[in-house]
Amino acid sequence: MGTLIVLIVFALFLTAILTGGYNKTFLERVKNSKVWDWLTTVDHKKIGILYFLSGFFFFLVGGIEALFMRLQLVVPHNDLFVGDTFNELLTMHGTTMIFMAAMPMIFGLMNAVVPLQIGARDVAFPFVNALGFWLFFAGGLLMNLSWIFGGAPDAGWTSYTSLALNNYSPGPGVDFYVLGLQIAGIGTLIGGLNFMATIINLRAPGMTFLRMPMFTWTSFVTSTIILFAFPPLTVALLLLMFDRLFGSHFFDYTMGGSAVIWEHLFWIFGHPEVYIVILPAFGVMSEVISTFSRKRLFGYTSMVFATVLIAFLSFMVWVHHMFTVGLGPVSNSIFAVATMAIAVPTGIKVFNWLFTMWGGEIRFTTAMLFAIGFIPTFVMGGMTGVMLAAPPADFQYQDSYFVVAHFHYVLVGGTVMGLFAGAYYWWPKMFGKMLNETIGKIHFWTFLIGFHLTFFPQHFLGLFGMPRRVFTYQPGMGLDSLNLISTIGVVGMAIGTIAFLYNIYWSFKKAAPAPADPWDGRTLEWAISSPPPVYNFAQLPLVRGYDAWWMEKQAGNKSLPPAEPLGSIHMPSSSFIPILMALGFFIAGFGFIFRGDFVGAIIGLVLVIVCLFLRSFDRDHGYHIEPDEIEETNKGVQA
Amino acid sequence: MVSRQRMWRVLPVFALLALALSGCSNSKVEMNVLDPHGSAGEKQLDLINWSFILMLAVFAVVTTIYIYVLIRYRKRKGIDRMPEQVHGNTVLEIVWTVIPIILLAILAVPTVSTTFDLSEKPKTKDAIRVVVTGHQYWWEFEYPDLGIKTAQELHIPVGRKVDLEIHGKDVLHSFWVPSLQGKTDVVPGRVNHMTLDADKPGVYQGKCAELCGAGHALMDFKVIASNDADFNKWVAEMKAPPAPVTTASEKKGEQLFQQNCMGCHAGINPNVQGPDLNKFGTRTTIAGVLPHDEQHLKQWLHNPQAVKPGALMPKINYLQPDEIQALTDYLMSRK
Repeated sequence: MGTLIVLIVFALFLTAILTGGYNKTFLERVKNSKVWDWLTTVDHKKIGILYFLSGFFFFLVGGIEALFMRLQLVVPHNDLFVGDTFNELLTMHGTTMIFMAAMPMIFGLMNAVVPLQIGARDVAFPFVNALGFWLFFAGGLLMNLSWIFGGAPDAGWTSYTSLALNNYSPGPGVDFYVLGLQIAGIGTLIGGLNFMATIINLRAPGMTFLRMPMFTWTSFVTSTIILFAFPPLTVALLLLMFDRLFGSHFFDYTMGGSAVIWEHLFWIFGHPEVYIVILPAFGVMSEVISTFSRKRLFGYTSMVFATVLIAFLSFMVWVHHMFTVGLGPVSNSIFAVATMAIAVPTGIKVFNWLFTMWGGEIRFTTAMLFAIGFIPTFVMGGMTGVMLAAPPADFQYQDSYFVVAHFHYVLVGGTVMGLFAGAYYWWPKMFGKMLNETIGKIHFWTFLIGFHLTFFPQHFLGLFGMPRRVFTYQPGMGLDSLNLISTIGVVGMAIGTIAFLYNIYWSFKKAAPAPADPWDGRTLEWAISSPPPVYNFAQLPLVRGYDAWWMEKQAGNKSLPPAEPLGSIHMPSSSFIPILMALGFFIAGFGFIFRGDFVGAIIGLVLVIVCLFLRSFDRDHGYHIEPDEIEETNKGVQA
Repeated sequence: MVSRQRMWRVLPVFALLALALSGCSNSKVEMNVLDPHGSAGEKQLDLINWSFILMLAVFAVVTTIYIYVLIRYRKRKGIDRMPEQVHGNTVLEIVWTVIPIILLAILAVPTVSTTFDLSEKPKTKDAIRVVVTGHQYWWEFEYPDLGIKTAQELHIPVGRKVDLEIHGKDVLHSFWVPSLQGKTDVVPGRVNHMTLDADKPGVYQGKCAELCGAGHALMDFKVIASNDADFNKWVAEMKAPPAPVTTASEKKGEQLFQQNCMGCHAGINPNVQGPDLNKFGTRTTIAGVLPHDEQHLKQWLHNPQAVKPGALMPKINYLQPDEIQALTDYLMSRK
């Protein structure tokens, strides 16, 4: 608590120094500063950037944790990070990558792109959007602060009980996991709801469901999965919180609880979660492959139905994470067949991508390279996925390095490659600057080669008997050279990531402003300037078919046909309440973790309630941008 | 004896592995899913190979189209071609929906039958019953019909089914012997069953495969399979009364053991329970990971956590060197 106060005072001093001291105009200056603008923004484009960059920051954190683990495993009997320290690394790596890196970066792309793709001026609830981001950030920060406040969680990202209970994980580590994920989870849930509402309600005239771009479709379906998958996690975390903080015994078998219940709850959330992070990547790939093949997406309708089917099936397969728990051959068989069934819609997608390229004119830009690298990598992950679906074989793979290899092939080969493809593709639209293609290609090749070098040998490590989550192994058991190769591969991935960092620096410092449509795009976002004006579309566009912008270009039109006359545009005002509310949750989280009569928790929750109150009685109706202002901006863009 | 039919199924995997395998396995302890020595492991490998071949066929088709497309339809310099904007192709789309369904059906049938097959308890009367209990971070093996209790080493006779009854006391663990049989989780509060057998004498490495705390990586055990005669000899040895305490050093050691170790190692305190040490001298490892000799035993006694992080045994670093020697002598004479 004391540390917290010191930090707040320090932050206030810093603000004062940076803005030129406290005096009468201090508040005025703060309100006009760029930092204040970003902290209070409700603009989906800025929130998208915040999501993407903070997600990328956590990606680097998780990557460094992975690097440490590979360093420990480079030779047998290494003693760099052993025992609990290694368990902390593996727990934080998994949790950070899934919840703090992959999902926020996906939300970043969704925020930056979806409203533009459906021809909307913002998301349905801009305030909730900002709140969602700040809650994720508060949760992520809270969890990562565990490293300096008493130790990180060390029970695995799955946090299985009874290991995660007080008896076996004393100290605040697992509490940070529970509270951090709970807070970030609220943010994700409201984010998902927001995108569902946005896509259902805010589509431009003529943008029917079956004219929506594939990325919008996958975002829509992902939001739906979030809506149904996060509540089980919320419940599970709440029960675990009660077990740890308030002495209940939901998961303690000695008191009549059950450890298996946690596994069920976790995986009822956990398996759909996998599709939450992979479906938007599928969407990115569909956009990128279609654009750079200069062809309409092959089998669009079947793509849509495959996506929906995957989402539906994703809720029917969670027991395949639990084949070895001993639930019996009947339930194992049913879930095995259901799991195999997912391969069918996924296969449809892969063939549709291949045949989108078939007959096209393929341009090998960096974004396209990531999409091309994605296909065989992801198919390999899918292959091992089907192999894992057979319970008797899974008895051998389960919790071994084979599984580690499998899910990195789908999560890195699928999601991360998708995110990089999306980053290179939409960077000009998000930032108004291009990324460097040469650096991009270095990024792609080093990352791809490093990735395969790291994870391909891990299939065999698993088959040779190396369980996952181990900090060491015995020499002379056939594991030495494969582990060495695996660690060497990390170098490639690290160089790739550094290249991307340098590319970001390059784009801010040296890149020329990006044109509105640098890739000869097909969807609505490419019809407006890069970056788009704050209101996106001066006049809402009329959508006349699938790939609407491409259709207009083919018809010789220079701009989208308007669906409304030029008029006054209603915009939402910025608000400091979302960040204040997230701060309330953050303090409450700390208060719960440090217990002590829960004073901090009460203060934090009071702050949250005050914010809710302020928001509810806020009479701010936003502001209007008048047509003459719009025309001025438009002229500026054209000149 | 590996049947010829199985050999050709194993071939593709081994072709890929030739490089990795050569010169790697130089120890006598076996740990390899791809080289099973038990009937369950063989059934599992058959399924692994079968699914691998099916998937490899799919991968080959995808890769062929992929390479063809990338070469044939790349953008060539100076040519500005407008591709035809096709919507799709119903026949093709039906083909790549139906063929995977058929392939998966082909895979699903042996999957389901093997799943039921492996879940069956042994019917033969000569099956051996063993109660396995996973502890942080060691394994307890009890033979209720033979009246034997031991730890870290599971002795089994070759060719006979072993019916494992798997219990848990603290956290989740998972019982895994890669060369013999897949995993079964140790779930506190429930009893799981698993059947195991070995088709040739040997030492098979066992692992804990579910994160169970700081010492998870070192929660190793061994399955020692021997022919009937050797197994019966072992049983007789284990059931024989403890070896007499002869030398002065051993007598001192016995006293020290009673003063310092009995609380956990003889089951007086039910909450803190360590492995049964009655026949400690017959083991081949210390704590499942160290070689079985005096020097390593002293190392373990001095600081168990340095060997196995999180081990629950207190450090025995307060005894004099001669006392440690006596304790070591006593423990090593327990046969």
